[in-house]
Amino acid sequence: MPVRRPGRWVAAAIVLVIAASIVRSIVANPHFQWGVVGHYMLDSRILHGVVATIYLTFLAMAIGIVLGVVLAVMRMSPNPILSSASWLYIYFFRGTPVLVQIIFWYNIAALFPRINLGIPFGPSFVHANGNSLITVFVAAMLALGLNEGAYMAEIVRAGIISVGEGQTEAAASLGMRRLAIMRHIVLPQAMRVILPPTGNETISMLKTTSLVYTIGFAELFYEASQIYGATYQTIPLLIVASIWYLILTSIAYVGQHFIERRYGRGFTRAQRVTMRERWLGIGRGDGERAAAR
Amino acid sequence: MVKAEGVHKRFGRLEVLRGIDLEVGRGEVMCLLGPSGSGKSTFLRCINHLERINSGRLWVDGELVGYREAGGKLHELHENEIARKRAEIGMVFQSFNLFPHMTALENVTLAPIKVLGVGRDEARRRARELLARVGLSDKVDSYPVALSGGQQQRVAIARALAMRPKLMLFDEPTSALDPELVGEVLDVMRGLAHDGMTMIVVTHEIGFAREVADTVVFMDAGVVVEAGAPAQVLGRPRNERTRAFLEKVL
Repeated sequence: MPVRRPGRWVAAAIVLVIAASIVRSIVANPHFQWGVVGHYMLDSRILHGVVATIYLTFLAMAIGIVLGVVLAVMRMSPNPILSSASWLYIYFFRGTPVLVQIIFWYNIAALFPRINLGIPFGPSFVHANGNSLITVFVAAMLALGLNEGAYMAEIVRAGIISVGEGQTEAAASLGMRRLAIMRHIVLPQAMRVILPPTGNETISMLKTTSLVYTIGFAELFYEASQIYGATYQTIPLLIVASIWYLILTSIAYVGQHFIERRYGRGFTRAQRVTMRERWLGIGRGDGERAAAR
Repeated sequence: MVKAEGVHKRFGRLEVLRGIDLEVGRGEVMCLLGPSGSGKSTFLRCINHLERINSGRLWVDGELVGYREAGGKLHELHENEIARKRAEIGMVFQSFNLFPHMTALENVTLAPIKVLGVGRDEARRRARELLARVGLSDKVDSYPVALSGGQQQRVAIARALAMRPKLMLFDEPTSALDPELVGEVLDVMRGLAHDGMTMIVVTHEIGFAREVADTVVFMDAGVVVEAGAPAQVLGRPRNERTRAFLEKVL
């Protein structure tokens, strides 16, 4: 017989009563205008905003992750110039608000009316007008991606540190070079530590993209605000946007689960617990769960 | 194959090696004994330049380790050259250090493919051979976490052998093992010695040293106290410190 836990039932009852009263007050309150929410859920402007949000999140995270790996490896390099450059980058981008960075990138053409690509202090090959190169989209992507790079750098660094020195030594004794060791031995193992906070960052990024509405990039929140700006149905459209953000973050959560499982290979002896087993297994006693582990 | 002359190594102010002179011939097995902290592991790690020496000279196969000499001065080699030399020296660690995210087979094939440029199929074929030689044909696709300590250490030996090293270094290879698993690892090492591999083994297994070693070296406090044939060093130790140590471990 499992241990009786009357406290659990009492706590559950209290929570259920409170939850039910909150739900009732929301559903029954006509000011929420659920009809309007339903009407706009699949509105073409909103759907366009959803796609733009996904797109921007994906690009910003891609830039952030690549940059984060590079910055982390630089930060841990024995070369003092590389490591201080990385430190300075992280210091700067973590230390200023992302909203300021967004507006800054949007206005970068004021600082650099002409942008040249070429050899520093030497000839340049590509010339562009600052205003036409830095569009709203490019500014949004750069601002979010470069900012994310600073945070990802610290996450990647934590992952690299978590891999024991013995791994590096074993690989070095086999004649592998520093970058090869990093790529084949350290980073794959660091992934276990890097992935959960990266999932967190992705979920955070899905929501942070809403800040670029300030420079007029047409993502989800911008589209919603355009509609309520014209119709004054502010609350229902905020609910529409929120529901969509919840859907997107839920998808990100499921994706994270599967990616983490992939990189957990070789680190657990027991059969893996699937999501389904975890939910169906919730009623099992603690002793059984420990034994199953 | 290995020659050391006046090798010194300091960690900060602590002098771990205080002038080591040793020589190991091709195909010979040398066992390093001594209390912990005597510097034997550090010396072993100097041989493939995992630690850099502060003074003295250390040669492997006639070439200086980690340095080149020019105008009477030592210059440290470039990282890539150090890596190339390390590839010729196999090392087995006390804590196995298998790559946990790879199967036994992948552990063994990684360096031949990435460092020597051996083709994937050829590397796999040879890895299977080596894993069979250490008695692990049935564990080819297992991850290290699913292997016992003794099995992990045997994979680690196969991994080192896959590079066709001319010298094998063993850093207390059985110290982290349960007593009943020590034998299987020593058997593999015995086989290697029998096949003529040059080996330097830091160990506390006196029986193994007596049976397999050509030379037994007793170290204490960063110096070689006594070196010679096993029968002499282990059977009739001349030095008081050797005698005291052997009394404790036997």
